[in-house]
Amino acid sequence: MSTPEAPADRPMVRIRAARKRFGPLEVLKGIDLDVPAGSVVCVVGPSGSGKSTLLRCVNRLETIDSGRIWVNGELMGYNERGGRLHALRPAELSRQQRGIGMVFQRFHLFPHRTAIENVMEGPVTVLRMPTAQARRQAAELLERVGLADRAHHYPAQLSGGQQQRVAIARSLAMRPSLMLFDEPTSALDPELVQEVLAVMRDLAASGMTMMVVTHEMSFAREVGDQLVFMDDGVIVERGDPREVLAAPRHDRLRAFLGQVL
Amino acid sequence: MTQEKAPAAELPIDAVRPARPGRWLGAAAALLFLVWLAYTVIVNENLHWDVIVAYLADGRILGGLWVTIQLTVLSMAIGLALGVLAAVMQLSDNPVLRGTSALYTWFFRGTPLLVQLIFWFNIGLVFPTFAVGVPFGGPKLIEWQANAIITPFTAALLGLAINEGAYMAEIVRAGIRSVDPGQREAAESLGMSHRQVLRRVVLPQAMRVIIPPTGNQFISMLKTTSMVSVIAGAELLTVAQRIYLGNFEVIAMLVVASIWYVVLTTIASVGQHFVEKRFERGHVRLSSRVRRNLRPLTSKEPS
Repeated sequence: MSTPEAPADRPMVRIRAARKRFGPLEVLKGIDLDVPAGSVVCVVGPSGSGKSTLLRCVNRLETIDSGRIWVNGELMGYNERGGRLHALRPAELSRQQRGIGMVFQRFHLFPHRTAIENVMEGPVTVLRMPTAQARRQAAELLERVGLADRAHHYPAQLSGGQQQRVAIARSLAMRPSLMLFDEPTSALDPELVQEVLAVMRDLAASGMTMMVVTHEMSFAREVGDQLVFMDDGVIVERGDPREVLAAPRHDRLRAFLGQVL
Repeated sequence: MTQEKAPAAELPIDAVRPARPGRWLGAAAALLFLVWLAYTVIVNENLHWDVIVAYLADGRILGGLWVTIQLTVLSMAIGLALGVLAAVMQLSDNPVLRGTSALYTWFFRGTPLLVQLIFWFNIGLVFPTFAVGVPFGGPKLIEWQANAIITPFTAALLGLAINEGAYMAEIVRAGIRSVDPGQREAAESLGMSHRQVLRRVVLPQAMRVIIPPTGNQFISMLKTTSMVSVIAGAELLTVAQRIYLGNFEVIAMLVVASIWYVVLTTIASVGQHFVEKRFERGHVRLSSRVRRNLRPLTSKEPS
């Protein structure tokens, strides 16, 4: 593949011909996708369509079997030298991963640490930030997600929506240039979904580049710059969310929307 | 919508309990048995209660007690360290490390502790000298005679600790595996190294699962140290045996030793309770009223 382009027209995420197989099952069958810096891409599709796997491949929680993924102009997981790919060392991989925030469906907060300790964990452990500074930053981030008064609660003392907001703050503490959301509201009771979406809306408005796997079509329509519909490991349809949702071109998307809307 | 009316009056429940004669009968039988047992033990002159009381705080017995405590604490500490090492090796990607760890637990769980203890005590028969230097027959920097460094105490410590490590490895491994894989992923996506993930995220959570069986191992170790008596380890049972070989008070000395073992295990049980509470941090609250907003942490993510 070619070397990264000039920064001006360089997308935050560039995925080319990404393929991934779990045993006999091919879950990604050649994905091409660009996510421009500062934009929000919403990935939708039926379960098993490969959308979560795609997201997990972007930050190397899974590895693709073929293809290339660049984030911020850097090839993920490899170094290209002398026409060959060299797998990165663990420390280099960790450096790439920490620039990408990940929010999980089931939050995965550290249960043995309070909300503010969860948010401080990354900066203190990974970036060696002084504790006092990390605490200040964490308090600001909790304020930003509306949880300043819950700083000293353990995750088990928080509602699902509050836990997910803490998880978003925890990711933001690493000052990522890209945020990945893997069905961030799917494990929440209906009345708790909006508080998480509100935080994500603010984040998008602040110019964060976001890839969001979601079933919240109203969020996609309202916040998304691009909608990607995946089915059976391929991107079936993509475009402006308002246009795609108003007039889907493919039967598969029409059938899917009929089920979720 | 109509509101339900508040109840007009209190309706206390002051019910009569059903008769349960079997319950009383069972309790009476058990009590009778206990009283009879106590009576036969107390009035039995062959037990020599005066001797038991006289030897409870005997200097030799207390010395043996101290050795028992040292052996237990040291071999558990070394065993725990070996166990964590073996468990981490077992869970690594490196097949050679995995195999080495598997070989260790296989061998030391597969042979009786008693055999291992006698083996370590007689290691001088196989390796008469120990040396620091270049292996495979190279030059030696320092050299010791096996008989000089393998005392009953060091042989006991080696045997107990290495054997314990093999069991602790399984306990630690189960603890590490009990931590939700999502925890590791969340930590990795923050950019933590494998070592940081283990130390900051996985092990603290694994401790909750590791502590209770480790407490059991500790209590069990207090009594297992008595096996060291076969190599004259100078711990509680050895000392008691030495005394009864002189004064022929076999049963009385065994009762003295047993009393001390019970005291030690009781203290350890109380300690275990407090340590377990300490590591419940962030988890006790799950069982309280906040749980209604949560799905169980242990359930797997839908794939």
